[in-house]
Amino acid sequence: MIFQHDIVIVGSGLAGLRAAMEIASSADVALISKVYPTRSHSGAAQGGIAAALGNEEPDSWEWHMHDTVKGGDYLTDQDAAEILAQDGPRAIYELEHMGVPFNRTADGRIAQRAFGGHTSNFGQAAIKRACHAADRSGRVILDTLYWEAVQRGLKVYSEFQMIDLILKEGKVAGLVVYELATGELHVFHSRIVLLATGGFGKVYKTTSNCFANTGDGVYLAFRAGIPLEDMEFVQFHPTGVYGLGILISEAARGEGGILRNGRGDRFMEKYAPTIKDLAPRDMVSRAIDTEIREGRGVNGRDFVHLDLTHLGKERLAEKLSDISSFAKIYLGIDPTREPIPIQPTCHYMMGGIPTNLDGQVLNHLQRPFPGLYAAGECACLSLHGANRLGCNSLLDLVVFGRLAGKKMVQDLKELPWLELPRQPEERMLEKIEELKKRSRGEKANVLRKAMQKVMMEDCSVFRVEERLSKALTEVRRLKEEYKKVIIDDPGLRFNSDLLEAIELESLLGLAEVIIVSALERQESRGAHYREDYPERDDQNWLKHTLIRKTDKGLESSYKPVTITRFQPKARAY
Amino acid sequence: MDLHFKIFRFDPQIDRGPYFKHYTVSAEPEERILDCLNRIKWEQDGTLSYRMSCGHGVCGSDGMKINGTCRLACQALVKDYQCPEVVLEPLPGFKVLKDLVVDTEKFLEGIKLIRPHLLSSANPPEKERRQTPEERKRLDEVIRCILCACCTAACPVSWINSQYAGPAALVWAFRYIFDSRDEDHLERLKQIDHPAGAWGCVNHFECTRVCPKEIPVTKSINQLKREIEKKLR
Repeated sequence: MIFQHDIVIVGSGLAGLRAAMEIASSADVALISKVYPTRSHSGAAQGGIAAALGNEEPDSWEWHMHDTVKGGDYLTDQDAAEILAQDGPRAIYELEHMGVPFNRTADGRIAQRAFGGHTSNFGQAAIKRACHAADRSGRVILDTLYWEAVQRGLKVYSEFQMIDLILKEGKVAGLVVYELATGELHVFHSRIVLLATGGFGKVYKTTSNCFANTGDGVYLAFRAGIPLEDMEFVQFHPTGVYGLGILISEAARGEGGILRNGRGDRFMEKYAPTIKDLAPRDMVSRAIDTEIREGRGVNGRDFVHLDLTHLGKERLAEKLSDISSFAKIYLGIDPTREPIPIQPTCHYMMGGIPTNLDGQVLNHLQRPFPGLYAAGECACLSLHGANRLGCNSLLDLVVFGRLAGKKMVQDLKELPWLELPRQPEERMLEKIEELKKRSRGEKANVLRKAMQKVMMEDCSVFRVEERLSKALTEVRRLKEEYKKVIIDDPGLRFNSDLLEAIELESLLGLAEVIIVSALERQESRGAHYREDYPERDDQNWLKHTLIRKTDKGLESSYKPVTITRFQPKARAY
Repeated sequence: MDLHFKIFRFDPQIDRGPYFKHYTVSAEPEERILDCLNRIKWEQDGTLSYRMSCGHGVCGSDGMKINGTCRLACQALVKDYQCPEVVLEPLPGFKVLKDLVVDTEKFLEGIKLIRPHLLSSANPPEKERRQTPEERKRLDEVIRCILCACCTAACPVSWINSQYAGPAALVWAFRYIFDSRDEDHLERLKQIDHPAGAWGCVNHFECTRVCPKEIPVTKSINQLKREIEKKLR
């Protein structure tokens, strides 16, 4: 079937929903999502959303901006950080007015708590800046925005998965979309496409990400010739449940939780003497892995402890109830009595599709790609630089989702309907038929597991040239194998076997770009730590990486960082 | 350890009727039933369909009947199923689309009818509306709802009365009726003051028993009934 909408938004997390709400009254907008919207991964965000409201103690947006830039190890584009920090309070009040059930202070204002890397007075001490609803902040914001959008009449196509972008003469004409329930391929003819497809943590074995986070939007943009920016910067969240990778929010440390090694020592005192356990995530993850490598894991094993036993039952029940229940369900641990075994888990992609502040996707010449927009984790503004601060992602989604929405409404007038190419779905139709017919080859699962393993072992918290090269060889081998991938299910209804095989192409493609970017950057900055180049090198590397697919293979280039208020300084906490 | 599964299969487009298929997987005691399902799908039989996403009880995708109880496959651990066979079936009372995937459209439409958004006529203040911690605490339990549909699927009233709003929709009604910022209190109460609304509940407590987020669903519905008595009579 052919559907027509002025604007099609892909992805129903907070970025997509917030953009949609901005447009709903002035243009014909439709949202497609591969999961029912409230199942989107924004809902898994636990700890909160940052903004300098100053409800608990004096705060200023300049401090928030500074922390964002320093947290990003000065790779953050400061114009983006300025908008984020300045617009933060407005965005929070807007959410509150829509009904988000934030926790409250004694005098009835929005409660705030401490979070990693958020400080007062440009780094002096930890500050309470994270607005929250217990430890399910993302979920309640997602629910609120979704039902608000539904009320405003947003058209939603649930369980519709984008599998191709339709381009015409270097412009976007629409999408090819697979309907899960029927197996039909549809064409969405549109004047604008907003990609809000989230991250791709499923590249790694241990991740807090959901199964749906396979980077579909990022890969399709890349396949269309858009360069990908800063892909080497992969955030490992320090506190994933040991063995499972399930997130234990930084709020646990924001509320006073302490990391302890096998000897029971509070080791973060050594790595970040001022803010200790509330250092940014890249530093804490490296500290944990250093403790483990030097034999100070618990019982010499590959995990450390997150100790919440001193916080008391009441506080855990009121402020950290979801994570307490995760500890109980998955580990059989009562966190009021026992520490939680944790290890770093892949959590967030700082890199992605390059955009300007209005969400317009930028091509290799840094010019807007007509009709194509991106927002949220799939986009790279670059707001989070080399390492994102906790609670800045939810804020990013609602601040820049809104701005992208505004810009799309404005641009719509100048973007005509392009005639669709003849049978734009044909390429994917053939690919699917071929997949269904093929009988000799490897199953997607075998290739996916091998990719996740090598990425985890050789391209995660610590990196070194030799192992990155090895990983690149392996991922390229897997890409070759993928050409012969086979599936079991030839059916039409809810054929997740087929879709997982299609998603694997995205994951493998993105894994390759991560490794190539990581190999190129011969310095250590934020989440990218090279053991062979352990220092930050502003002289040579204060610049954004761009990797683009060409006929001759992957091509790398660089672009400057926007520096306005804060000159790069040594990053100590 | 080896775990034996008996899984409901049905593709309405192809199969004449539903049937069960048997699988055996080896799994660690701490693994999730969802891990077993994935192993079956990825290693043995890719034709098996079910929904999943977050894998830790936040998104609400993988509600199903596991040995007779409605729950999330990602919250059920292998060690709790030391039994000869684990039987997986789709959520009861829902139309099966394929295997363990059910049609949740009517369920979600029921939530929408409750008007799950804040209703307030006044222009909001420049900053946040004030709400005391006590007022906010009233919502602590109900905002845990993830729309997994386990409660409604387990509710004996919902099975026999298709008009009944069902426990999940009533939880969402509670969410707004007891939000001190909402101004449509009385209208919302009137909407559920009905045999197919709050009064449809006859305290089976099945919803409370199965809720993966431990929401005291029946208790909340009874509070709604008391509020109706107090405000509308």
